[in-house]
Amino acid sequence: MTRQQILDLYFMDARCKLIDLAAFIDRVERSAGEEDFRMKAFRQALSELSKGETEKAKRVLMTLSDPTTEPIAAATTKAACGAWPGTK
Amino acid sequence: MVSRVTDDYLDMITAGCQAVCEPAFWAGFDRSSADGFYDYFCQLTEHEPKRAAKFGLPHFSWLCINPKESEDIKLAEDVIALIPKFLDKPNVLGIGEIGLNKNSRNEIKVLEKHVNLAAEHNQLILVHTPHLEDKLKGTRLITDLIKNDKRIKPERVIIDHVEEHTVQIVLDTGMWAGMTLYPESKCSPARAIDMVEMYGNERIWMNCACDWGISDPLAVPKTAFEMRKRGHSAEAIDKLVYQNPLRFLSQCSKFKLPPA
Ligand SMILES: [Zn+2]
Repeated sequence: MTRQQILDLYFMDARCKLIDLAAFIDRVERSAGEEDFRMKAFRQALSELSKGETEKAKRVLMTLSDPTTEPIAAATTKAACGAWPGTK
Repeated sequence: MVSRVTDDYLDMITAGCQAVCEPAFWAGFDRSSADGFYDYFCQLTEHEPKRAAKFGLPHFSWLCINPKESEDIKLAEDVIALIPKFLDKPNVLGIGEIGLNKNSRNEIKVLEKHVNLAAEHNQLILVHTPHLEDKLKGTRLITDLIKNDKRIKPERVIIDHVEEHTVQIVLDTGMWAGMTLYPESKCSPARAIDMVEMYGNERIWMNCACDWGISDPLAVPKTAFEMRKRGHSAEAIDKLVYQNPLRFLSQCSKFKLPPA
């Protein structure tokens, strides 16, 4: 498909998600209290979008991933939370 | 599908699905004993095939204790000991969905036991990779573990729930990659097609999440429709949604579809 055709097919959907994203950040910033590691990772992932690099989806996923390689001692929960608690 | 209503079978057959392949997975709660798994395996190998057959839908299954319940090694050993007597059931395709959930040491021990079971009984393997922040690490741990067992042929293994950051890791091992489609939170139809466009369509296929969460048994046909909108040929769509799964699953001699 041409770039024009991709835009015709997906622009409105992406625009909608972009505004949802902006509204989510506004909502977080309007609320009381501190952000946690998830928002720190989220903001790092967001910055990947404006770097002009290829494979942005992969870069965002990598930013939100546990980068360590050793198994953990024991599973204390079943669920994942979407970001790595050790995010610096 | 134990987690779905009968209407889903009707929808699937109406949409042209040719077979359903159901892996053993988490019940949404922890089962209290191996006896609970015995009943579950009977359900997967006896009851569900009958329920699907009412709609002319061939039903196949995979057996294991899933990684979410693998922290308890004793329970896992008791469940794994039950599996061999079910492997000759006519609808059992192999061992799955095994894998990791939180990437813990015990989960890895149980994964090793499952891989050993598959090797000893020459079974196909279906692997669940962890979700979200745990996927990258889990995919590396899983593929390394399986690669190190020289009895396992990589082309007889499918690593499921790949995303953009793990698909190449899987394809580089010679194993198959599965893209699981979710209506929310994980891989979407558009992203699945992106991955095929970027990484090719040789050893990759799609499946629908059909679990206890919000999921859509028609996600694959809907993705086929989206491929059409993106200009993919009928042959390319057929390869991804039908020929590729057929090629992988036909490595198990029990996987036979009625003539079209
Ligand atoms: Zn899974």
